[in-house]
Amino acid sequence: MTDLLNIGLALLILGLAAWTIVTRELFVAVAGFIAYGLLLTLVWVQLHGIDVALTEAAIGGGLTGVLLIGAAGRLRHSAVALNLEVPSTPVRWLAGVVSAAVSIALGVCVLALPDPAPTLAHEVAANIADTGVGNPITAVLLAFRSMDTLLEAIVLLFALLGVWSLAADHSWGGRPGALQQVDPNGILAYAARVLPPLGIIVATYIFWVGADDPGGKFQGATILAAMWLLVLMAGLVDAPPISRTWLRLGLVAGPLVFIAIGLLGLYTAGDFLGYPPGFAKPLIVAIELALLPSLTLVLGLLLLGAPQRGMPQ
Amino acid sequence: MTAATLFGLSAALLVGLGLFGLMVNPHPLRKILAFNVLGSGVFLLFGAIAQRGAAAGMGGDPVPQALLITGIVVAFSATALAVALLLRLFAVTGSVTLANDAPAQAPVEPGEE
Repeated sequence: MTDLLNIGLALLILGLAAWTIVTRELFVAVAGFIAYGLLLTLVWVQLHGIDVALTEAAIGGGLTGVLLIGAAGRLRHSAVALNLEVPSTPVRWLAGVVSAAVSIALGVCVLALPDPAPTLAHEVAANIADTGVGNPITAVLLAFRSMDTLLEAIVLLFALLGVWSLAADHSWGGRPGALQQVDPNGILAYAARVLPPLGIIVATYIFWVGADDPGGKFQGATILAAMWLLVLMAGLVDAPPISRTWLRLGLVAGPLVFIAIGLLGLYTAGDFLGYPPGFAKPLIVAIELALLPSLTLVLGLLLLGAPQRGMPQ
Repeated sequence: MTAATLFGLSAALLVGLGLFGLMVNPHPLRKILAFNVLGSGVFLLFGAIAQRGAAAGMGGDPVPQALLITGIVVAFSATALAVALLLRLFAVTGSVTLANDAPAQAPVEPGEE
């Protein structure tokens, strides 16, 4: 039964991926990619990666999908002129042969993987008690390999700086995204009033259980960012100008707290990002609490894109 | 066939599909899509290998799984930056071509259509 489900899932994701690549319409390709991302979530569940599945559903399928749909809508009329640039048939065949060769080489590697597989699960199990958290993924993300998570938070900030730097000179410091004109009595405005309280509760729950069960700050922050975007799209509030001091402080607060706790570790535990014995859990929770609002802001602002409307007077 | 082998082989095919789309689709947004398919194939391969490392009562090796979460978030930020670059290109030139010598508005060849 599980085998049939897995084979069906594999066929579906491969079919949708092929559809995304070969279909002619830009918008149809994006729609295929979103369905693909959501089905990939089920694959992660089948591979026992519930935390990965949550991240894939929230970020890989959800946020990326919204981003690409928005871009496809704005680029609606851009595809016509490019028909002249489609590679010639021999080039397409060559590309097919190269891609097939890469797939076959990877497939051979998959079949030749060592048995029993190398694993760090035993080391994680042996040391997880010292961190005070129950979810091994959280222990890896915020204790054993917390440097990765710190750098990831900073990469997100750099990406946002890159996006902002694409603003035209006269819009620098202004509001990102277009001004939304929505029927105040329509279903979108209604949903934007009803859903956020529920979304905030779900996000807080997912954030909080992340210490011991699947969940965590990224998944929680994505849901919070989605609720913020919903309210923005319904035109109930406007996006803040990017020159606002509170906005910029909010963006860097999370990584700064993370770095500060890391430096504290130099004195209390003898290593950058080290935790003194017995204080690991409260420090991990402090880092996650500080990162949650920063990640919410950075994810939402990445979706809104470069500032487009000039400085408010 | 175990789930790890099945999805590992699917991941190998996804990488190939994404690579093909990246090479043959001239539209930059289609290239971004193809790159994401390629990336998800790499993630899936990594995830299948993580699942083979199941031990000590865990469904998979938690270290690669945690790195996957980091990877998915970084892939999103790279996609957002690429999309912003593309939208800016379209706003400035009115076209999304990546060709070096392309005019701002590609002329329609006589006899097309």
